[in-house]
Amino acid sequence: MTTLHLINKTPSESSALRDSLSAISDGDALLLIENGVYAAMPAYAERFTRLPRTIQCYLLNNDALARGLNDLNPDFGAIDYDGFVELSCRYNKVVSWF
Amino acid sequence: MKFSIVITGAPYSSQASASALQFSRSVLRLGHEIHRVFFYADGVHSGTALAAPPQDETNIPAEWTTLAQEHQLDLVVCIAAAVRRGILDEGEARRYEKSGHNLAPDFTLSGLGQLVEAGIVSDRVVTFGA
Repeated sequence: MTTLHLINKTPSESSALRDSLSAISDGDALLLIENGVYAAMPAYAERFTRLPRTIQCYLLNNDALARGLNDLNPDFGAIDYDGFVELSCRYNKVVSWF
Repeated sequence: MKFSIVITGAPYSSQASASALQFSRSVLRLGHEIHRVFFYADGVHSGTALAAPPQDETNIPAEWTTLAQEHQLDLVVCIAAAVRRGILDEGEARRYEKSGHNLAPDFTLSGLGQLVEAGIVSDRVVTFGA
């Protein structure tokens, strides 16, 4: 059973990212949306270094562009809403942290 | 695949409803089905017919009504969350003796059972939180 974890808050405004990282399992994926995309700024990269390699990380590029963010953490794959839907289908459950 | 969508953030104060709209459009464009959209907590404000945003901004309630009409979506607003926030249909306005009602076209007021049922019959439930 795999889970897609959705994070829509910055690491500083809520514990959503920390909570999700403590609950994430092998084979799961992380998707940053809305203000969550700020977590892909290089300053936060250290938070993701201990994640197992089996966990894929993504960000919703629409929300990154809307915030003028570029040069983001290269470990995060940039996707659009169609990609978001495809990830929702690929993983067994979608859990939102906020 | 059968999706249901849950929205708990109010339009214009959180991105939840706007994100859910775009996600729902992609779901439908990719050939999937949306069983229900459930508006809960502050999310009920997406169901007002009285929103009048500036003309160069998205009218989120109207966008939901348009999408619902194009795809026969079931837009359900939690009745307990709605009436305490002043989102009323004709029947609730009469029950509480209010001077008007404001539930937008193609939205219905109903109970949490509709969320439970959506969770049972849908392959995926995606929540857009405040």
